[in-house]
Amino acid sequence: MNFASNLSDALWRRPRLTLALMLAPPLLWLGIIYLGSLFALLAQSFFSIDEFSGLIRYEWTLKTYGELLRPANLDIILRTVSMAAAVTLASALIAFPIAYYAARYARGKWKALFYLGVMLPLWSSYLVKVYAWKLILAKEGILTWLFAKLHLTWLLDAWLALPLIGGNSLSVSYTGTFLVFVYVWLPYMILPTQAALERVPGSMLEASADLGGSPAQTFRHVLLPLALPGIIAGSIFTFSLTLGDYIIPQIIGSSRLFIGQAVYAHQGTAGNIPLAAAFTVVPIVIMGFYLWMAKRKGAFDAL
Amino acid sequence: MRSDRESRAPLGLKLAAAGGLLFLHVPILLIFVYAFTTEDRSYQWPPPGLTAKWLSVTWNRPDVWEALGLSVRVAAISTVIAIVLGTLCAAAVSRTRFFGREAVSLLVILPIALPGIITGIALRSAFSLADIPFSFWTIVLGHATFCVVVVYNNAVARFRRTSGSLIEASMDLGADGFQTFRHVVLPNIATALLAGGMLAFALSFDEVIVTTFTAGQQATLPIWMLEELVRPRQRPVTNVVAMVVVLVTFLPILAAYYLTRDGDRIAGAGK
Repeated sequence: MNFASNLSDALWRRPRLTLALMLAPPLLWLGIIYLGSLFALLAQSFFSIDEFSGLIRYEWTLKTYGELLRPANLDIILRTVSMAAAVTLASALIAFPIAYYAARYARGKWKALFYLGVMLPLWSSYLVKVYAWKLILAKEGILTWLFAKLHLTWLLDAWLALPLIGGNSLSVSYTGTFLVFVYVWLPYMILPTQAALERVPGSMLEASADLGGSPAQTFRHVLLPLALPGIIAGSIFTFSLTLGDYIIPQIIGSSRLFIGQAVYAHQGTAGNIPLAAAFTVVPIVIMGFYLWMAKRKGAFDAL
Repeated sequence: MRSDRESRAPLGLKLAAAGGLLFLHVPILLIFVYAFTTEDRSYQWPPPGLTAKWLSVTWNRPDVWEALGLSVRVAAISTVIAIVLGTLCAAAVSRTRFFGREAVSLLVILPIALPGIITGIALRSAFSLADIPFSFWTIVLGHATFCVVVVYNNAVARFRRTSGSLIEASMDLGADGFQTFRHVVLPNIATALLAGGMLAFALSFDEVIVTTFTAGQQATLPIWMLEELVRPRQRPVTNVVAMVVVLVTFLPILAAYYLTRDGDRIAGAGK
């Protein structure tokens, strides 16, 4: 018997040791590099910055969290959360017909086509997608041209004249930011919704129709409740990804900050790591709460 | 009547589904048109004319090649690390039940479940606390961390479908553990690992949020693009780079799809 087979016999007889040897490298990597830095970051949110010297004072304090509650910072949090909610709702609305068609009507070749039709945009480059929208939303871009061709320029101008969601052009308005967010995260909503809809037996919808339910009633009382865990699972992605993004609002949108941009600004030029760390706690807490709600609704079985 | 309903979708649903798919694909197709426009100062539509000269202009740009080279090297090394760590973790989680199994899978998923900016700033502040200077390896460290989950997901799905009795049969027939791994386990999971590896490569190749925090002066291709997005200087070159990135990322995605598509027909799955 050579060394290799001796070793393998020894491992076979000690499954616990084998397990430990297999788990050690990934756990050490993730535990030290990832969790280690995460805890280091969270710990820093309990420090504060000296307002005169601009240096970090290494004493435990809740002062930094108090700063989060200033109107300007609360404004940032509120803006980001409302954007995330709006994006999630819109993605759910656009995703449902695609997911339903793919789950119930598409067969064979069409099914594969639908799958790839969602997977390719999901995996293609994030920055390229944002760039494409910069081209589309530019003042001289295709959307303005399209509105002009349809003689609807007045409609676009009226929309841009609206307070809050309007702006000088689409690429510097909340409407633009919203469109890009919906576009970029939409596939994350389609896939779990489709997975949930695949599991709805067609006979249930027929039974509902046989019992006199109109299509609207069948949708409201049979289809939607069964699809809901999938939609919630998808909303975890759209909500969390919008909360943490800082590149899209920086490139397409007004100059008003989102949480991600605030974190980036505080850790970078301002050097205020404690406040940046406290800001990152906001999405963590919101997502923790969100995940807890989702778990109660059974969304994890749909992932 | 009923069979009709089964086979044909209502018109409204068809239109909504087709509209949604168009919404997903038209923006990417536009990139291809813009790569050939003669206009170099604005994003004018329709393009005033078409030209292929930007392809050669981009080809002769050393900064683009440098960024591309760095991206490929980072993605390759991160993928290798992710394949090793992800497979080990998947094998442990799917073969054995042990205390804390749920926690292990949560730990693997966490880097991608939490927003990238959190991973990024956490790593950056850890590097500065530990006095580690930014380098090629700090980028790899970040990328490998969130690539593990992709390989892990693919491998776990395949391990679940591979029958454990195959391994026992191999052992009963006198093979040692390494022979079993080489001749029984590896052929079964190889395509899943390849698919996971390709997706990990695509993920790392495209990553920008964590990279902005873990890279020093070096620019990966996404960082190069981000700078162009924030302050456009050479629009035509950016258009061409965007088109090439789309083409390059489509290939591994298609390949990964075809590799895992037939996964249901794995030997021993019917047992």
